[in-house]
Amino acid sequence: MSELSINPGIEIRDSERELQRFRWRLVLLGGFVLLLFGLLFLRFFYLQVVQHGHYSTLAEANRISVLPVAPHRGVIFDRNGVLLAHNYSAYTLEITPTRAGDLETTIDELATIVEITPRDRRRFRKLLEESKRFESLPIRTRLSDEEIARFAVHRYRFPGVEAKARLFRQYPQGEIFSHVVGHIGRINQREVEQLEKSGRLANYRGSDYIGKTGLEQSYEAALHGTTGIEEVEVDSGGRAVRVLSRTPPVPGNNLVLNLDAQLQEIAYQAFGNRRGALVAIDPRNGGVLALVSKPGFDPNLFVDGIDPQSWSELNGSPDKPLLNRAAAGTYPPGSTFKPFMALAALFYGKRAPQQIISDPGFFMFGGHRFRDGRPVPLGAVDMHRSIVVSSDVYYYTLANELGIDPIAKFMALFGFGSRTGIDIAGESAGVLPSTEWKLRRLKQKWYAGETISVGIGQGYNSYTPLQLASATATLANDGVMYRPHIVNYVENIRSGEKTPVEPNPLRDLTLKPEHLKVVKDAMVGVNKEGTSARVFADAPYVAAGKTGTAQVIAIKQGEKYVESRVAERHRDHSLFIAYAPADNPTIALAVIAENSGFGARAAAPIARQVLDYHILGKLPAKPAVTD
Amino acid sequence: MPIILRRLLIFTTRHIDGVLLSAILLLMFTGLVALLSAANGSYVRLSGQLMNMMVALGVMWVFANIPPHYLMRMAVPLFLTGCALLVGVAVAGEVVNGARRWLNIGVTRIQPSELMKIAVPLMLAWYFNRNEASLKLRNYAIAALMLAIPAALILRQPDLGTALLISASGGYLIFLAGLPWRIILTLAVAGGASLPLLWSVMHDYQRQRVLTLLDPTTDPLGSGYHTIQSTIAVGSGGILGKGWMNGTQTHLDFIPERTTDFIFAVYSEEFGLLGNAVLLALYLFLIGRAMVITANAPTLFSRLLAGAITLTFFTYAFVNMGMVSGILPVVGVPLPLVSYGGTSLVSICLGFGILMSINTHKKLVQT
Repeated sequence: MSELSINPGIEIRDSERELQRFRWRLVLLGGFVLLLFGLLFLRFFYLQVVQHGHYSTLAEANRISVLPVAPHRGVIFDRNGVLLAHNYSAYTLEITPTRAGDLETTIDELATIVEITPRDRRRFRKLLEESKRFESLPIRTRLSDEEIARFAVHRYRFPGVEAKARLFRQYPQGEIFSHVVGHIGRINQREVEQLEKSGRLANYRGSDYIGKTGLEQSYEAALHGTTGIEEVEVDSGGRAVRVLSRTPPVPGNNLVLNLDAQLQEIAYQAFGNRRGALVAIDPRNGGVLALVSKPGFDPNLFVDGIDPQSWSELNGSPDKPLLNRAAAGTYPPGSTFKPFMALAALFYGKRAPQQIISDPGFFMFGGHRFRDGRPVPLGAVDMHRSIVVSSDVYYYTLANELGIDPIAKFMALFGFGSRTGIDIAGESAGVLPSTEWKLRRLKQKWYAGETISVGIGQGYNSYTPLQLASATATLANDGVMYRPHIVNYVENIRSGEKTPVEPNPLRDLTLKPEHLKVVKDAMVGVNKEGTSARVFADAPYVAAGKTGTAQVIAIKQGEKYVESRVAERHRDHSLFIAYAPADNPTIALAVIAENSGFGARAAAPIARQVLDYHILGKLPAKPAVTD
Repeated sequence: MPIILRRLLIFTTRHIDGVLLSAILLLMFTGLVALLSAANGSYVRLSGQLMNMMVALGVMWVFANIPPHYLMRMAVPLFLTGCALLVGVAVAGEVVNGARRWLNIGVTRIQPSELMKIAVPLMLAWYFNRNEASLKLRNYAIAALMLAIPAALILRQPDLGTALLISASGGYLIFLAGLPWRIILTLAVAGGASLPLLWSVMHDYQRQRVLTLLDPTTDPLGSGYHTIQSTIAVGSGGILGKGWMNGTQTHLDFIPERTTDFIFAVYSEEFGLLGNAVLLALYLFLIGRAMVITANAPTLFSRLLAGAITLTFFTYAFVNMGMVSGILPVVGVPLPLVSYGGTSLVSICLGFGILMSINTHKKLVQT
């Protein structure tokens, strides 16, 4: 102020001018303020009016997430309500690889909290290689409550690792049903493509598993159910805040089988430590009562992805536990083929039942000696006796008289050489030899000499135990044939509605009753006074049967087959077909015990135990085959 | 007794500008409404902010009662102390979140750049006032240097937001002090030409901010996330808004820093274009009143100081709303009087206290 008073006149004028200039500049800045605020308002107008729809959509998309809700898979029961496949709830520890950072470190650190075995690690690595989607993969399954609690405490240390409550598939009967029930497994890329092609992929959003083998595979559509939808509001972290709407999933249907779990188990155990297969069918409707392939495997190993070590053990085993011998294994039927050959003879009128054939113990054809293995020749043999004592010469001559193509034509009626159409996948067709077949497959013409051994179920003959059982059931049911089916009905658990799978007669072979009577009486004779009489000696019911022994390797001319000199896997297969009770059959079966010698030694005792249980409810004390 | 009460009332309200105060209180109330929603209805933040407001209004009252010539005396020591502290930060500051902004002075930690927000305009106003009689080009250059030194120190911390605001306040002040137009034009041309140079000295994160401003979708989960989500919040608000406490972007945690720098997104989502218009009107009303006070200030010192305070306040509001609505880069600038946080509230109210002091002490000066 003191400076101002030195020359007040000039200062005031200057001050006035300065003030004017200052105010002018302030007004300019005021305009600047208005301009920028106007700009802001225009921006707000643009965002909130012009583009409002766009941003509303974005905000909704932020807010709402549509989550699939996987349905409960249907469960599988045997005919008596025994559980064969079911679900149970348990916790798994899952890692989302894209969010977890370094996987090895994460797993190492997790291992300090919950037990993680080397097997878990191997399995996880395999899943990681196979997974294409950004999914979470289980590192540990079936965690205990204590492990869950421990993980919950340390959870903050593990981004991308979550404990999830999941439904697990379990097969309480384990290896006994491994080939019938099959198993589920994690959906792989190929299956994703298949689902996409068939338009079912949408229904598998939220599903991690799909049926891989057996009934789990063939009834996938019925078992899976319909995926539900949950519309949830999510926060920025993707966590569900609340449910906005929910379309509940429709659980899958249950399967009720024709299989008798107890019968299946008895049959499985009856083999002892032998390899083999057994198929038992109700001849009245084609319902499969037992379908055994031994050895089996634990299907539970496959549910969460099998670890490579267990896989190579199963896949590399010489016993081939993964092969379903009952439906995919093919064997020469041996002498079990004879009753059908006898029927063919009657069908074509080539031989009368009482016609006598002389059996000198061999049959010469084109300089080749077709042998009958037994030490004392049978002599005079009619049709009945030919089956009861199993004469080879009778059928050598019969086959020679019939010719290969008429045999093939007749056997095709019983389903030999074609898939039965059973309701699981992986069935083999087997080989029904004929001139046409040989030309097509081997590009060779048929030699008449090759027909001879076909008559006793050797040669090119090769059938599945399932085909043999189905043919036996057709015979037992007097020529009325049903398609074998494992599932009795599909049950909708909501409505209780039961959809039967079958039965409709596939065809009627219109066999003459008098022809059938000859063969069936002879088969009763087999168990009464024939090759398996000792096995059925004390049976309180009448069972019809036929033994069979199938050569695995050819025996040279002039040599004798001595079991002890042959390697175990080259020994003869033991076969048996049977049905009971003979006058009104409720069960027909075919058994093969691999490399177990004569039919009466291994296969027939197994059949006896199965029939005893089925007809009498009798439980065996020990396996039929014990060596 | 009534006499004592009347005296007390006069004592407390003598230097308070009613118009300015009512605008401030309305904005503070708006802030509390938005804050309650942003905090999901929790009163913890609300009561904290109420405490901040009490302190800020107390500081405002104190400064309204300090005559401007006392402030003038404080200008030089305050500025020098501030510069010294900034150098101290650069030498021995503490690093928090990758930036060296804090200085431990034994008793407590302080952020000297906050002090400079008031010290720089005070110093420049003092300087121009001192040389009022013979303002030459040299004086403007010296003023610019006095502005550039602290601004550069703060930019180095790095704190782009504060450096920008201090530069703006100094810039406004030099403009109001009468910087010749030819210089302004020359600087504008030179500034435009030196943009590439500026780009080359920028930190990576600053460049990233500029790049994502131009196209936020290039980094939707990284530095573009803030802008995208706040723009969605504003746009989805529409004309009338989603209603108080009903903003989905807000309540589902899509808006980051929603109680502080991004509170405008919360407000805008829930109150829409209408609410935005009301808020802009409130700010304009406050700025308008502050400009009237500036225009009528008695001395060059008080005029320049008031003008700088007013326009800095405007800059805060514009930059914040601009960044939330996606037309300005994300710099750490709060929405004045609305965002949660004590420091900015106190420094802004301190500024308005000075404005009130300037407005109510001029009669005393004249008589």
